[in-house]
Amino acid sequence: MAETHSLQDMRQQVAVAAKVFIQRDYTNGTMCQFQTKFPSDLETKIDKQQFEETIRTLNNLYAEAEKLSSQSFIEGCLACLTAYTVFLCMETHYEKVLKKIAKYIQEQNEKVYAPRGLLLTDPIERGLRVIEITIYEDRSFSR
Amino acid sequence: MNSRDYQQIDPQALPTPAHSPLPHPADRRQEPRTPRRKWEVFPGKNRFFCDGRIMMARGCGVFPLTVGLILVTSTLFFIFDCPFLVKHLTRCIPAIGGVLFVFVLITLFQTSFTDPGILPRATPDEAADVERQIDDTGNTSYRPPPRTKEVLINQQVIKLKYCFTCKMFRPPRTSHCSLCDNCVERFDHHCPWVGNCVGKRNYRFFYTFIVSLSFLTAFIFGCVTTHLALRAQGGKGLVFALQESPVELAICFFSVWSILGLSGFHTYLVASNLTTNEDIKGSWSGKSGDGVTNPYSQKNIFINCCSVLCAPMPPSLIDRRGFLPPNESAQTSDADIEPPRLNHKNEMNVVGASLHLVLIVTLTNLK
Repeated sequence: MAETHSLQDMRQQVAVAAKVFIQRDYTNGTMCQFQTKFPSDLETKIDKQQFEETIRTLNNLYAEAEKLSSQSFIEGCLACLTAYTVFLCMETHYEKVLKKIAKYIQEQNEKVYAPRGLLLTDPIERGLRVIEITIYEDRSFSR
Repeated sequence: MNSRDYQQIDPQALPTPAHSPLPHPADRRQEPRTPRRKWEVFPGKNRFFCDGRIMMARGCGVFPLTVGLILVTSTLFFIFDCPFLVKHLTRCIPAIGGVLFVFVLITLFQTSFTDPGILPRATPDEAADVERQIDDTGNTSYRPPPRTKEVLINQQVIKLKYCFTCKMFRPPRTSHCSLCDNCVERFDHHCPWVGNCVGKRNYRFFYTFIVSLSFLTAFIFGCVTTHLALRAQGGKGLVFALQESPVELAICFFSVWSILGLSGFHTYLVASNLTTNEDIKGSWSGKSGDGVTNPYSQKNIFINCCSVLCAPMPPSLIDRRGFLPPNESAQTSDADIEPPRLNHKNEMNVVGASLHLVLIVTLTNLK
C-alpha cells in the first residue's frame, strides 16, 4: 500500500478533477511575475506557505532571467557588433535560467505536489501566461 | 479493511500526455505515422521554412523588393564607384561598404525570419477558466461585449483587452496583428518591407537594420556624389557624369531621407521606451486625461535604451519545432469559429511612419 504514487502511475490511474490557473501579476510592469494569491480550490490540498514559497521562488527566477545587469548590457553590445549572429550559436542567458526553472518545477512536483495529487505545468508550455496546476482525483489515496 | 473507493478508470478515456513513455493501448491508426511538428498546425497566418526554423508573415509584403533594392544598389556601387574611388581616394571604401552591406543583410534577415514575440493561443481549459471568471449571465447565444480588465502598473490604471481570437486577456503592450492573426508582445508595427511583425523579440534587429541601412545609404550616396564630383572636375562636366550612374543616385537620394527619418523616429521611441503603436494611438501623450505618463519608461534615456536593446533576449513562446503528441488534434478550430477581426484598424499599423508611404510613391514614380 504505497502512500505516494509516481507521476507516471498517477496519470494512468487517476482522472483530472480540476485545473487551477495562476495568472500573471502586472503591478511592476511587463516583467514575468505570477500572482501569489492562494487559490481557494487548493485550500484542502496544500498549505498556503508551501504554495507561496513555490510561486515566490519562480518569480525570483524569472526576475533573474530578465534582469538588466552589466553582464546583459555587455552581452547585448557584443551581440549587436556581431549583427546578433551570436544568438544562433550561443545559449542565451534567459534560456539558461529557463532550464533552471524547469528543473526546479520538476523537483517541486516530485517532492511536494505529486504526493498531494497535484501537478505543476511549466509556464513556458503555456506561453508564460499562467501556471497551470492540475488537481487529480485522489480516490486512490488513503487520507 | 479499508474504506478506499477505487474505481477502475478506462485508460482509453484519458488524454495521453506528450511525455508518457508507455504506448497507448487503443491505437486507431495501426501504421506508424511520422510525428508532426507544431509549426505544421500553427493557427496564425504565418509561413514556415526549413522545417520550422524560419518564419515570416503569410503575405511577404515587399520583402523581395527590399532585398532587391539593397542588392542592386550595392552591386552597382561595387561595380561602378569602387574602382574609381579606390584609384582616386582610398582602399578603405569597398571594405567599409562591404562590412555595412553584410551587416544590413544579416540584420534584415534576422528581423524577417525571427518570431517577433507571438503569444500562443490559450488552451481550451485556460479559455474556459477565463470565461468562467467573467461570464455571469451565462448567455451564449450572442457574442458577449468586449471585455476589459483593469490592472495597476506602476501606480497607473491600464486596461487589458480580451482577445476573442486567442481567447485570453492580452498582456500589457500586446496587440493582435490582423495581418498575421497573432497576438504579438510589445507590438510595434507590422512592417511590409521586412515581411513580418516587429515586436518584443525582433525589435532590436529591426532597429539595428534601419540604423545600419541609414549608414549604408548615406555612405553610398556620399561615395556616388564624390565620384560624380571628381569626374565632373575631370573635364567632361556634371551632366555627362550623371548619365553614368542615374539609378544608384536616384535610389540613394530618395532612400537616404526616409530611412534617416525612420531611424531618427525609432531612436526617439527607444529612448522613451515607446512602441510605434502607442505613439500613433497617443496612449501616453495625455490626450485622454491628465497625469497619464508612460508607466514602462524608466525616466532615464540610457536605461530605456538598455532595456529595449540590451535586455536578455526573450525565448520564443511558440514551440515551432516541438512534436505534436500523437493523439492531440490540431488547434485549427479557432480559425473556423472566430474569423480575424477586421475592425482592429488601430492595430493594423502597416506602415510605422508616413515616410514609408513617401518612399513607395517616389519609387513608383521613378519607374
